Amino acid sequence: MNGVLVVLEDRNRLSWEALAAGQELASIAGQPLMAAVIGDPVEATQKKVARVYAVDHTLLKNYTADGFTTALEQLVLAVQPCYVVFPHTYQVRDFAPRLAARLGQTLIADIVGMRAEGTRPIFVRQLLQGKLNADYRHSGDGPCFVSTQAGTFRPETVAAGECDVEVFRPQLEATQVRAVPGERFRTSENTVDLSSAPLIVSVGRGIKEKENIGIVEEFAKALGAELAASRPICDNGWLPMERQVGSSGQSVAPKVYIAVGISGAIQHLVGMKGSKSVVAINKDENAPIFEVADYGIVGDLFEVVPALTAAVLKAKGNSK
Amino acid sequence: MKIVVAVKQVPVRDASIHVSSDCKWLQEQDLSFEINEPDAYALEEALLLKEKHGGEVVVVCAGPERAGQTIREALAKGADRAIHIESDDLVKLDTFGLARMLADAMRSENADLILTGLQSDDLGLGQTGVVLAELLGIPHATIIMEVEKLDGKIRVKRELEDGWFQWVELPLPALLTIQSGISKLRYATLMGIKKAKTKEVRRVDGASAGVAPASVSIERVYLPHRRKETRIIKGSPAEAASQLVDVLKFEVRVI
Repeated sequence: MNGVLVVLEDRNRLSWEALAAGQELASIAGQPLMAAVIGDPVEATQKKVARVYAVDHTLLKNYTADGFTTALEQLVLAVQPCYVVFPHTYQVRDFAPRLAARLGQTLIADIVGMRAEGTRPIFVRQLLQGKLNADYRHSGDGPCFVSTQAGTFRPETVAAGECDVEVFRPQLEATQVRAVPGERFRTSENTVDLSSAPLIVSVGRGIKEKENIGIVEEFAKALGAELAASRPICDNGWLPMERQVGSSGQSVAPKVYIAVGISGAIQHLVGMKGSKSVVAINKDENAPIFEVADYGIVGDLFEVVPALTAAVLKAKGNSK
Repeated sequence: MKIVVAVKQVPVRDASIHVSSDCKWLQEQDLSFEINEPDAYALEEALLLKEKHGGEVVVVCAGPERAGQTIREALAKGADRAIHIESDDLVKLDTFGLARMLADAMRSENADLILTGLQSDDLGLGQTGVVLAELLGIPHATIIMEVEKLDGKIRVKRELEDGWFQWVELPLPALLTIQSGISKLRYATLMGIKKAKTKEVRRVDGASAGVAPASVSIERVYLPHRRKETRIIKGSPAEAASQLVDVLKFEVRVI
């Protein structure tokens, strides 16, 4: 076994972050970096990797867990890499655990870093929604599977270059693919565009009841900010889905993002990491949101937010 | 339709967390535990499907003695019976080992549908369900928002990234991982709590499962280093608010 094989996802920028992680891993292990693409390999061939495998089969045109698992199982058995790296996308979450299990392995999912212990890597992942970190180690024979969290490895560290392309045609039968996937669709076009808002006040679970949203709404209004929310608030129907920030909602990059009663689960953080300044108001000083906050108030939002509304109105009144 | 729901017991969401003395996991003695939130939605979906199509709901939970509380709550909400895989050191297993344990305990149930939450709130690997499907040799789909039963198959709505969705048809038996927040969770009724006491809980010894050594293990658990210096604004709510507004006005300049 030799090499680090990065499985890229077509048209997904997180793929280049995974390739950066693969490059780091290849340097720790002193092994060649390779990439695999199901579909069109063009972009991958412009990167500095030893070889790109273009996995090609008509049954892989539309994604299915069965098709991708079986095709990549055959590729891994043929290439025999020591490490297999994926971007931690929804699609990877759907099939990569199954692929690892088929080869008797466990995927180390959603890593946020790695470091060397000799020529062996230690992988870092988050536990309890980001409250703790844990070091993970792979041991024994067989390839080690990892997936990389969005925004943790820097895609620009992978140099441009030229490489060999090898077409890999897996043996696949239609009967091996049990799922029948339909077309992808969106339920509604977003009418609220949060992505260009300069000021966002966002509310999370800490608000407790729908009736309490009003105090955050008043604060946003006083400030002249757009109102947004974390997923549970929209799931409960307390605010419309189009105001959701996070991996399943909108990605935002305002001048100031004020997170009210949001603990900062990773699914939320990936949607607001691009904010220039982050303010967090939360009763739990250990909440992961403080990891990304520039300013914080540790306190009861039901006292702090009305006080903020009053202070903003006062400041605006004075400036007239 | 026979539905098996795999649930996990995890520390309550806002628990204050301390690392254990061997730095391998958490100090559990002062912690409260509850059902993993996505698993609660998987249970709710199973109960809704049973109400619509008839059948049976069987809850499977691996964990120490305290997991019995989560099992009783599931039975009180309407599950028909349960399997408790008793194990005191689940943390030493990797997903492959844990899924083997679950697969062994539920194989003889020959369920039509297996449901579980999309990920756990503690480890957050998001893969136990998928690995379980592989070990049982059945198809799966993840991050499911809606389930429709058809003749001998199901049609499910998968959530994709950035607000996209997709309907997928799967033959039964199948395994689904359920997204949080897709329905309103029911409470146990007094009658339900009473009935739960008479429902069957089959106990399986997790230690005797003959699980192979884990290939993936946790070396060390620790508090993350702060990547960013956060300026914590102190004082009474009014004082803190006025200071923050000064920051917004004079430093960040948005007022």
